[in-house]
Amino acid sequence: MSLDKATVASIANLARIKVPDDRLEAMVGDLNAILGFVEQLDEVDTSGVEPLASVTGHTLPQREDAVTDGGYQARVTANAPESAHGFFVVPKVVE
Amino acid sequence: MTEPYRIQGETGEWEVVLGLEVHAQVISQAKLFSGSSTKFGSEANTQVSLVDAAMPGMLPVINRECVEQAVRTGLALKAQINLRSVFDRKNYFYADLPQGYQISQYKDPIVGEGVLLLDLPDGSTKSVGIERLHLEQDAGKSLHDQHPQKTYIDLNRSGVALMEIVSKPDLSSPEEAGLYVKKLRSILRYVGTCDGNMQEGSMRADVNVSVRKPGDPLGTRCEIKNMNSVRFIHQAIEYEARRQIEILESGGKIDQETRLFDTGRGETRSMRSKEDAHDYRYFPDPDLLPLVLDQARVDALGADLPELPDVKKARFIADFGLSPYDAAILVEERATADWYEKLAKGRDPKIAANWLISELFGALNKAGKDLVDSPVSADALGGLVDLIGDGTISGRIAKEVFAEMFETGKSAGEIVEEKGLRQVSDTGAIEGIIDEVLAENADKVEQYRGGKDKLFGFFVGQTMKKSQGKANPGMVNELLRKKLDG
Repeated sequence: MSLDKATVASIANLARIKVPDDRLEAMVGDLNAILGFVEQLDEVDTSGVEPLASVTGHTLPQREDAVTDGGYQARVTANAPESAHGFFVVPKVVE
Repeated sequence: MTEPYRIQGETGEWEVVLGLEVHAQVISQAKLFSGSSTKFGSEANTQVSLVDAAMPGMLPVINRECVEQAVRTGLALKAQINLRSVFDRKNYFYADLPQGYQISQYKDPIVGEGVLLLDLPDGSTKSVGIERLHLEQDAGKSLHDQHPQKTYIDLNRSGVALMEIVSKPDLSSPEEAGLYVKKLRSILRYVGTCDGNMQEGSMRADVNVSVRKPGDPLGTRCEIKNMNSVRFIHQAIEYEARRQIEILESGGKIDQETRLFDTGRGETRSMRSKEDAHDYRYFPDPDLLPLVLDQARVDALGADLPELPDVKKARFIADFGLSPYDAAILVEERATADWYEKLAKGRDPKIAANWLISELFGALNKAGKDLVDSPVSADALGGLVDLIGDGTISGRIAKEVFAEMFETGKSAGEIVEEKGLRQVSDTGAIEGIIDEVLAENADKVEQYRGGKDKLFGFFVGQTMKKSQGKANPGMVNELLRKKLDG
């Protein structure tokens, strides 16, 4: 698998990372090198092997349905760049 | 609905192909992956844990009840329950999505294929395929009208469990889409997994619309997002189908896109900001192991399900002799069905159904009330039906008594006694009235006996009127015949 400039620009846009045009070429090279490294795994034959979700054999822990958290509006909004009346405040986003 | 739905275009007839994705908020105390409350309408950000606010280092832990609610719903939809399912991250950026991704299920949903029966107005049913049901997190809420340049964000809803229920593209008219939503809502409410409150947004629908000439392969579809009423769903589909037909007939092609229904203007428009948003880059959530259920637990949940609307409807038809149409009306809400069964117990079930559907529903509708606030209880209405049954009052008087009951909350018996409405079934009394009527209308008696048979109805009417509606109509008929013809 090999990425081109357009794909890298599109991934950057989806991730909301600003990549100046003069940095794109270098980033294509970097990402392709990373993909090439990971692609070594393709040399192993994994046909018939189920994807492994956990090596510990644990199953998904589950909670009882009870209210045990919340009720701290000030803590939740404490780190917000802007807040008012208990709301987070952001630049207007309207469809 | 035996006539298929067709839209007449310039180049001939078109049909629509519709599929629905319904988002149903799961009934639970706490959220899907955190311990904060799901209650509606609390002060902003007071029901938000650090998990819901996506603070670094927080880990999601799944709520057992939300899982069981999804399984119950799947079983009620006669669907495949997947004993192993996987949570994925659906990545996109929006101000009310603090994680930058929604935890959802993509390749391996908890519920697979099922089926839902539409109750069509002509009494027949149509089977609609369910593609899948998966669990996912709801987003927070954006308020755009609080400030001229700012949007306010409330995360109280962030992380509440949703079931996304996807139908197959088996629906072929706006009416069917509406009936689908109605039936799904009914089933969710029966099993108690979603309150179905569309106004509060507990149930929202996205509709996929495409058009084609009958017999042609499927056309390109557009998705209309986030509608919260059956009426809007109707309007949006009608508008969108017309729009697509106009484009195709003028030689254009449909772009697959997400559209928004503008309820004020009654039209759909493109959501341009979502153009590249379909690239969600799903991947399995590394914070969550696969969800594994055991069959015994699924079976136990199935055993606890209540009698579902389709089964209840079949029973009402078989045991009570109701029409499929009436039965469908009575079973839509479980409370209504229970109310009806209480009323019908020990009485004529068809008469009971008629009084409930025609009279009580009509009166409640006019008064803007629901059955739960009905001033007439099942026992009270039953009392009225009994008085008709044993001949104490006629059906016509009963309607008067009913109106009075609805107004005052008094029992039928009380009203009949107070107003002296007891039906007169005494031969002598009725004969007395008939004699008066005949004496007052001697000329008409003459004409009747001269062959004008139609006048019989006139004499019945006059006698009933003179008795203030209280004479037993059967006896009036019989005695009049005897006097006039005998």
